[in-house]
Amino acid sequence: MTRILTCINCPMGCELTVEVENGQAVSVSGNTCKRGEIYAQSEIAAPTRTVTTTVISAEGRPVPVKTAQPIPKDMIFECTAAIKVAEVHLPVKVGQVLIDDLLGTGSQVTATKSVDR
Amino acid sequence: MREFDLVIVGGGPAGMAAAVSAREHGLENIVILERDSELGGILNQCIHNGFGLHTFKEELTGPEYAERYAVKVREMGIPCETDTMVLDISKDRIVTILSRGRGVEEIKARSVILAMGCRERPRGALNIPGFRPQGVYTAGTAQKLVNCEGHVVGKEVVILGSGDIGLIMARRMTLEGAHVAAVAELMPYSSGLKRNIVQCLDDYDIPLLLSHTVVDIKGKEKLEGVVIAEVDSKNSPIAGTEQFYPCDTLLLSCGLIPENELSRNCGIDIDPRTNGPLVDEGLETSIDGVFACGNVLHVHDLVDYVSEEAARAGESAASFVKRGCTADDTPAIKVTALNGVRYTVPAEIHPDDLLTDVHIRFRVTGVFKDCAIVIKAGDTELLRRKSRILVPSEMLDIIIKKEKLCGITEDITAAIEEV
Repeated sequence: MTRILTCINCPMGCELTVEVENGQAVSVSGNTCKRGEIYAQSEIAAPTRTVTTTVISAEGRPVPVKTAQPIPKDMIFECTAAIKVAEVHLPVKVGQVLIDDLLGTGSQVTATKSVDR
Repeated sequence: MREFDLVIVGGGPAGMAAAVSAREHGLENIVILERDSELGGILNQCIHNGFGLHTFKEELTGPEYAERYAVKVREMGIPCETDTMVLDISKDRIVTILSRGRGVEEIKARSVILAMGCRERPRGALNIPGFRPQGVYTAGTAQKLVNCEGHVVGKEVVILGSGDIGLIMARRMTLEGAHVAAVAELMPYSSGLKRNIVQCLDDYDIPLLLSHTVVDIKGKEKLEGVVIAEVDSKNSPIAGTEQFYPCDTLLLSCGLIPENELSRNCGIDIDPRTNGPLVDEGLETSIDGVFACGNVLHVHDLVDYVSEEAARAGESAASFVKRGCTADDTPAIKVTALNGVRYTVPAEIHPDDLLTDVHIRFRVTGVFKDCAIVIKAGDTELLRRKSRILVPSEMLDIIIKKEKLCGITEDITAAIEEV
């Protein structure tokens, strides 16, 4: 089976033509760098996404956060829900770990902005 | 009257990078004027990732990218006056500012960098019939309300325009529990980046309706729904294709306009294609000692390009002050946009006075496949770069070595050729 993907690693947005056998990418063309091939392979086998959202702190301020590593694409909604209910107290420093292992994905959730008040 | 070597108007990514660069190139007496209460500009509300791949070689969110520059600015001891509005810039670089602490004040600037960014095209500029019910927002306003103020904006959403902010907000509203029924785009192609179409729409099965637009807004006090119709090749709605979408929220992502009221009042020549100042290769405007960079100059899609451009503006301002605030009177050649190229920044180059290699930045007028970007001086080809695809949503950046430009007297052209 042939699948067409748009590479999302950079704004180039290369159109990738991927030959898929048994749920694995066996050949990738159309990419202009190695990252395109890696992306196609993982996007076919186990697609992942970095999730960004906000957590409302105990003081009522939104704190922007991200998953420090990409998480499985099919877990985006449950991960977002789990992040939303995290308990956060100000002040928060950028990079501060707010959740250590998000729903067993192995990804931390970190603050992406220093918020004092 | 307070005096500064460099006054930077705006403390977003452009203003911060310009300040850092000007200091690195030897300017001590700098001030950043920012109307918000913190540095960072639009990046503070862009909590999604994808920033910084060029600048920092890693993928950051908007606030992280902003904070890296804000820390640099702080560590360098560059003064920032926040909650400060610039009211006027005169031709002789007297800057009138307004703040709670100082009231109205005139300050003297040996050089000025314009870094005011851009604004979204509002509903009033879109000619959509209907009342003005609650529930119609520009995408960026909704983004600020959700990400910075922590408000819930709506539950059933339609987005008009597939600019990047609209795409990002389609995903953001979905993650916040809303249902996004559709993104309607007037043009036959999206004006957003491909990665955003994949990650913000396809991932969530949000339909992108190309060649469609909103033809009516229903509801008087509160938004009740919108009517979307297909458009023909002249962008006119096709009768019989109207479809009603019930919704409580309409987000508009219909283009960004550089915010040049200050520039116009100063008498700076504006390029009608970009709505930004006409500049030379050092990003100097038609007024000596006034430079422009970032989205106030032309709308960028990558903040990394803004930072790089702003750093050049900072270097140019430092050079202008160091040579005694005198104008560059070496001869200039024009840079003209030809077939397929909508505009170029810069619009002119001083080939005998180049500090560095010259960046020519532009957008194409439509989608071009299997083509080449061709830069010429008169009939001499300076550069030819083949490309599989060029799209209007991606700004192109061509670098011409300064050695290639030295001694050139004929005007430069940029064009797209079929291969």
